[in-house]
Amino acid sequence: MLLWQTSQTINFAQGEFVMLPAFFVLAAMKFGGLSFPLAILAGLALALLVLGLLFKRLVVDPIIRHGVLPLVISTVALAIFLKEGVKEFYAADAQAFPAAWATTNLALGPAVVSVQNLVIIAVAVAAVGLLQYFLGGTRTGRQMQATAQNPALARILGIPVERMILYTFLINAALVALASFLISPIYLAKFTNGETLGLVAFVAAIVGGFNQVRGAIVGGLLVGVIDNFVAAYWSSQYRAAIPLFLLIAVILFRPQGLLGRAEERTV
Amino acid sequence: MKAEWIGAVAGGMLALCAASAQAQQTVNMPIVIELSGAGAVSGTNFRDGAVIAIDEINAKGGILGRRISAPQSDTQSNPGVSRAQVQKAIDGNPYVILGPVFSGSVKVNMVLAQQAEVPQFTGAEAADITQMGNDYIFRTSFGQQMSMPKIANYIRDRLKAKSVAILWVNNDFGKGGRDTFSKEMAARNIKVIADVSTESGQVDFAADVVKIKGANADAIFVYTNEEESARFLREARKQGVKAPLIGETTLLGQKVIELAGEAANGAKGHVGLTVDAPIPAVQAFRDKFQKRFNYLPDHNGIKGYTAVYAVKHATEKIGSFDRKLLAKTMKGLTIKPEQEPGILMEATWDAKGDIDRISFLAEVVDGKQKIVTILPKLGK
Amino acid sequence: MRMPRNARAIAAAVAVALLVAAPFGLKPYGIYLLSLWAVMTIAAIGLNLTLGYAGQISLAQAAFVGIGAYTAALLTTQGWPLWSAFLLATGLCLVVGWLLGYPALRVQHHYLAFVTLSFATLVFLMLRNEEWLTKGVYGISGIPRPTLLGWSTKAPLDFYFFCLGVLALVSAAAWWLIRSPWGRAFTALRENPIRADSLGVDTRRYTLMAFAIGSALGGIAGVMYAPLVQFIEPTAFALNLSLNLLLMVMVGGSGYFLGPFLGAAVSVLLPEWLRFSEGLYLILYAMFVMILMAFCPSGLLGLAERLRKPSR
Repeated sequence: MLLWQTSQTINFAQGEFVMLPAFFVLAAMKFGGLSFPLAILAGLALALLVLGLLFKRLVVDPIIRHGVLPLVISTVALAIFLKEGVKEFYAADAQAFPAAWATTNLALGPAVVSVQNLVIIAVAVAAVGLLQYFLGGTRTGRQMQATAQNPALARILGIPVERMILYTFLINAALVALASFLISPIYLAKFTNGETLGLVAFVAAIVGGFNQVRGAIVGGLLVGVIDNFVAAYWSSQYRAAIPLFLLIAVILFRPQGLLGRAEERTV
Repeated sequence: MKAEWIGAVAGGMLALCAASAQAQQTVNMPIVIELSGAGAVSGTNFRDGAVIAIDEINAKGGILGRRISAPQSDTQSNPGVSRAQVQKAIDGNPYVILGPVFSGSVKVNMVLAQQAEVPQFTGAEAADITQMGNDYIFRTSFGQQMSMPKIANYIRDRLKAKSVAILWVNNDFGKGGRDTFSKEMAARNIKVIADVSTESGQVDFAADVVKIKGANADAIFVYTNEEESARFLREARKQGVKAPLIGETTLLGQKVIELAGEAANGAKGHVGLTVDAPIPAVQAFRDKFQKRFNYLPDHNGIKGYTAVYAVKHATEKIGSFDRKLLAKTMKGLTIKPEQEPGILMEATWDAKGDIDRISFLAEVVDGKQKIVTILPKLGK
Repeated sequence: MRMPRNARAIAAAVAVALLVAAPFGLKPYGIYLLSLWAVMTIAAIGLNLTLGYAGQISLAQAAFVGIGAYTAALLTTQGWPLWSAFLLATGLCLVVGWLLGYPALRVQHHYLAFVTLSFATLVFLMLRNEEWLTKGVYGISGIPRPTLLGWSTKAPLDFYFFCLGVLALVSAAAWWLIRSPWGRAFTALRENPIRADSLGVDTRRYTLMAFAIGSALGGIAGVMYAPLVQFIEPTAFALNLSLNLLLMVMVGGSGYFLGPFLGAAVSVLLPEWLRFSEGLYLILYAMFVMILMAFCPSGLLGLAERLRKPSR
């Protein structure tokens, strides 16, 4: 439920992006002989390099000038590429992923809360807070927002547009790596995980509002909660359909997302 | 406009590539199996088990002096593709076909093998496969109609449960198991008070566990594929589920224990085949497998391995390579390890192609599968 | 750019002759692949109408193939002839496709992609969960191959010619459609909807129509798919097939009449050509698509056209 879409383009490989950093870490531990904390750092660095820099330079840059459709298709192919790559060169079966913290439960009265979930929520909130502050409170962040909304105008205003776009990709890479490290201990690392995750990420982003970080979080929470309620109290056979219905409703009646403001907002 | 036509014509010419003829000095035993997609783990295990057996046999001079050649093809865990691959295997004039494991795929392509009169050794466990009157299909492990009564007895006699909750994966494997299991429960007057369907490849089991936990059943029957079982076990442990978790090989397998870690402890159930069986031949196979492929095999590894040896034994009994005769010979055949060490455990095939073997009641203790009881063959 | 009329006719005749001659000398597996190619081409032609000519991304094509396949399977296993399935599936897909087109009037691009994706997921879930009708995950087996006027298509070769015949009819219809005023209206819609509107093209109606006709062709492909494989189950019509069809259209060249033919050939036959690479063929395919998109987003036919241009 914790994925964010900061770039404006549609990325069908987003789910695979979340799957991959966990494998970077596993590979670093297995082949590089690194300890777990070091491997996490290595995984983060690799994620920034591959999913941020290389993704932008090798995949997005050459294609974006042709328009959105080829890029969409290309990310579909990229998703296949990453998935098959992991399967072929690491492992086809699921891998256990070490947790960085305790897996015990806390008993809060009648309710049992796992430490894992608490950590995930805490890290997510912290990450969002940081991101919000960065985008809204710092000069670079505001420049990035301006770039996202109107690249041409931003350029006239003297903002280094190219660098700002690169930052966007790097932040996206860092976030997916974070998400990857958070969920892999629970979900296990497997090459097909991306399929399930990518969809949820999109629904969350669209429901919440594509251009709003806060929106994506609310969207993510909402989708997560609704999905679980439907599965627990109604029909688990049709649970996959419910978030999608929500999605259609939002798209048709409030295309800018629940929290998103209309496109004409100014900085 | 012309370029378009040239492109299309070129595409048509490339389509003309034809398959080449097969060499005659070998015996052709194609492996058609899940090497990618949802069934990749099971399929890879089956394939690697078969490959070990084939290499061993070839090193000793093959079957009746002929070396086994075993081309592999990937069904991508997709029934449509598996049909194409089995068709291709049949075009190569095979002696037998090994695989696939996914019941859905087997149901599509067993008809082809039947028409071509090629015996097919499958790893699939869905109940109805051997009930369609196909004389050329042979199992390498228990079908669900054999294993479910054993689990049902276990729940009634050992756990003395009055109610159960079922969690199953909504594919043909899970659905088949759930349907058979529900019938067995009804026959024993045990109430099914929660019936939870999950998706293949599902990662988040929080809601399912809430539902199961809320039902408060005496026992919980878990019938999903290995990875989903592991995720479920972790979530169940997190939410503090107390009722005993009962399952088949897919809940108690080595891979599940490795993935679920501590959360797997306490899971119990019935396993038809396990590499942890207290039988020296099986354990020797496990070590051999691990040494060669660098991972622990699951029951599918045994299926592939024993399938090849069953073919070898039956063929040597006939004395020639006759597909029809092989299919006939397999019916009612019992192979003992004394006659054929590669069979690992005594096995009997009945007239429908179902297999009978001893099986085990097991429990996960301290991260290891522990065999509690050995159940005799049904036919005894 | 225009070829002389007779040269084009000769090229077409050669292509058809090759397709007719191709299965002789092939084993049943090769014939099966060719038949599969013909079926996938029909579905891709349909998608090419919505995507290539009307410019709408649809991820629901697999759902229509599924609807067609289940219609055929349910009817023919009950003893109805296949042509009744053709009629029903085409009609059903036309109507559903038309309705699905409505969101396309409101939203564009990736939003539309997700609306169609949701629809496809819903169809998949229904095929799987409504067991009383579709037999759920167990699938439907024993789908008979049709007999036309006493000609049984049971053998692989006969069925291939049947597929080829249907493909020829569909191609002819699509060819005619694209050259008709409707087809031009589609293209106008893709290039510049506002101008098309101001020129008096009823954009609403044509968008819906592109969707409906494209979907109906998906349904026809499904009706062919069921007797080809003779067993259907829901996962065959999940998202993967939609993405695959999308890749086919883009690789072949979206908006080119022959694009789907080539794209489907690449997708269906590629695993065979790349046999030497063993498990790596999907990786190679993915890389190929990415490189193609980077350098020539109009697909293989666009590439061929571009290569020809400098020489003129």
